[in-house]
Amino acid sequence: MAGIAHTEHRDYTGAKLGMWLFLFTEILLFGGMFLLYSIYRTVHTQDFHEAAKEMNLVLGAVNTAILLTSSMTMALSISAVKQGFKIRSLLYQAATIILGLAFLGNKFFEWRDHIQHGYYPNSPELLAMSHGKILYFGLYYVMTGIHGLHVLIGAGIICFTFILTLRGVVSGADFIKLENTGLFWHLVDIIWIYLFPLFYLIT
Amino acid sequence: MEPNFYNVKTKYPGIFGWIFTTDHKRIGLLYLISTLGFFFAGVCLGLTMRLELIRSGMHFFSAQTYNSIFTLHGVIMIFLFIIPGIPSSLGNFIMPLQLGARDVAFPKINILSWWLFITGGALAVTSLFTGGGPPDTGWTFYVPYSVRTGTNVSLAVFGVFLIGLSSTLTGMNFLTTIHRLRAPGMTWKRMPLFTWAIYATSWVQLLATPVIAITLLLLILERFFGIGFFDPAKGGDPILFEHLFWIYSHPAVYIMILPAMGVVTDIIPVFARKNIFGYTAIAASSLAIAFVGYLVWGHHMFTSGMSDTARVIFSFLTFLVAVPSGIKVFNWIASLYKGSITMAAPLLYTLGFIFLFSIGGLTGLVQGALATNVHVHGTYFIVAHFHYVMFGGAAMGFFAGLHYWFPKMFGKMYEEHLARLAWVFLFVGFNMLYFSMFVLGWEGMPRRYYDYLPKFNAPNLVSTIGSWILAAGLFIMFYNLIHSLIAGETSGDNPWGGATLEWQTSSPPPAENFKEVPVVTKGPYSYE
Repeated sequence: MAGIAHTEHRDYTGAKLGMWLFLFTEILLFGGMFLLYSIYRTVHTQDFHEAAKEMNLVLGAVNTAILLTSSMTMALSISAVKQGFKIRSLLYQAATIILGLAFLGNKFFEWRDHIQHGYYPNSPELLAMSHGKILYFGLYYVMTGIHGLHVLIGAGIICFTFILTLRGVVSGADFIKLENTGLFWHLVDIIWIYLFPLFYLIT
Repeated sequence: MEPNFYNVKTKYPGIFGWIFTTDHKRIGLLYLISTLGFFFAGVCLGLTMRLELIRSGMHFFSAQTYNSIFTLHGVIMIFLFIIPGIPSSLGNFIMPLQLGARDVAFPKINILSWWLFITGGALAVTSLFTGGGPPDTGWTFYVPYSVRTGTNVSLAVFGVFLIGLSSTLTGMNFLTTIHRLRAPGMTWKRMPLFTWAIYATSWVQLLATPVIAITLLLLILERFFGIGFFDPAKGGDPILFEHLFWIYSHPAVYIMILPAMGVVTDIIPVFARKNIFGYTAIAASSLAIAFVGYLVWGHHMFTSGMSDTARVIFSFLTFLVAVPSGIKVFNWIASLYKGSITMAAPLLYTLGFIFLFSIGGLTGLVQGALATNVHVHGTYFIVAHFHYVMFGGAAMGFFAGLHYWFPKMFGKMYEEHLARLAWVFLFVGFNMLYFSMFVLGWEGMPRRYYDYLPKFNAPNLVSTIGSWILAAGLFIMFYNLIHSLIAGETSGDNPWGGATLEWQTSSPPPAENFKEVPVVTKGPYSYE
């Protein structure tokens, strides 16, 4: 507050509550897109089923494994810091960032592959296809795109917590920032866990 | 002068002590100044619209320009004035004080919210001058026109996106604050009803806003990449846009009205020297309105081609959501009954609110009934309805709160006679301006038209003259408030004898709100 020297306000439960409320808003943000998906897939079930054949199942599965592993490293980084193992926590945080970037790297190759085959919004090849397939690919790019943006943001935030852990601001005495970052990362993971079957496994 | 949050030494000097503050009271005032600035711009746009409509066949500018003017009027008034309005200014300033807290749960996120608000507003204003010019789609941005128009929709809509993010974060902040930072002894049932209203509003801000966020993002992506979600040529559905849009924008109107209802619920006990009638009913009805308000969005789309089953369900739910509002009106009247009334400006504006909101609410039922909706949809009847609830309701409640908490925020008292004079001009001008629109709409005049048939001349003239009288009232009211801010009499700490916690500290409050954290032993409206 403005210029008053007093003990800084610390409320672990409050910070957790605020983070969960924020996660609720992210559910709604993605929820709008899942709503679109559910409506269009109901109308174009066969088209979605066929369009999903274009997905690279191997890359998708690898990415799923990557993200699940990164959630594990994230959780381990938090328990490490709670027990006072600073170096271990830093290593796990770094591993999470690297796994996140690996996810994004895979995504890049996937997207490039699709774009080279002409499967991108408003491409002549796509517009020649049936409505259901146009919508499927539209949803694919928008949903994995916005999800990927959240992966990038999450990785950025973990870089930030890495520095805070290094400096001792995040420590066994006060780890809520890392814990909340972990919550965000787990949300990003959970959203992918829904995206993967809905785009890759419906064939 | 006694040390207070104005003259305290801040981390950064001068104006930066405001722009980089984390003090909820300063942030409340930052919002107050910025939302009132946007209100002024919106009023000017509204007056310009009324001037264009003063007479059939008379034009001061093109239809294209008129379309942009009503679009901007809507975007500014809704996203930059009324939605942030009470929660971000009065809510920020007063709510923590009412809880006996020293600040909100996340002060840094609080100022981030204001920065996002200002940035979003700046982008929206910039869209006036860049690209294809100001959007001309109406504030509802319906596809396909919003996708095809060459005007600067993307920039404006991205600005609104940022403003929405500001609103979401504020909702999160206030919810955590109310759950975690109540003073010792302040149970949920001892909270003032203004804080209850802010609580219910915060749930709506938190959960509804993300839906408009994704909707606007999808619109921007549609404009840039032609993805096709709302384009039938690619398999999309334009009605889906309407659904997504209104799933937020209907709850948004409860963001607008709930805080105003909270303001008047706090004012009435003070100026009737009597406990509020039906505390639990009013608190519960705030939550009920917030909840049921999520379920009624389809009543904006009765003529869009939805199924009859859907329309019947939405109509029924619309009638249901009116019930808790009615409960509040009866509780307010019962609270005044046999009270010891002081008819000062806060109560005068409150009574104006109750009257005008009731008219607005009842006409909402006319719209909510399927048969009559077909007759009034897209006409001036709708325009009249929402101005009665948003302006005669929410804004009038805002004005009531401004007068009520003026001494608390500034330590000065406004001038009572000017406040009452302003009220007369406001009340007369408002009803001339908007009641005419009920007549016009019922007689068939469409909305968003820059011209009309000669048979609509008389009510339009009355309406335009009413807009000038209303503007005069606004001028008198703000002149009074600003002049009193500069040269008004000192008010003393608790000029109204209020029992809620914000009145138990000095006016203006010290930076830390209370010298000692208060311990609460009784309800907020005890006048024994």
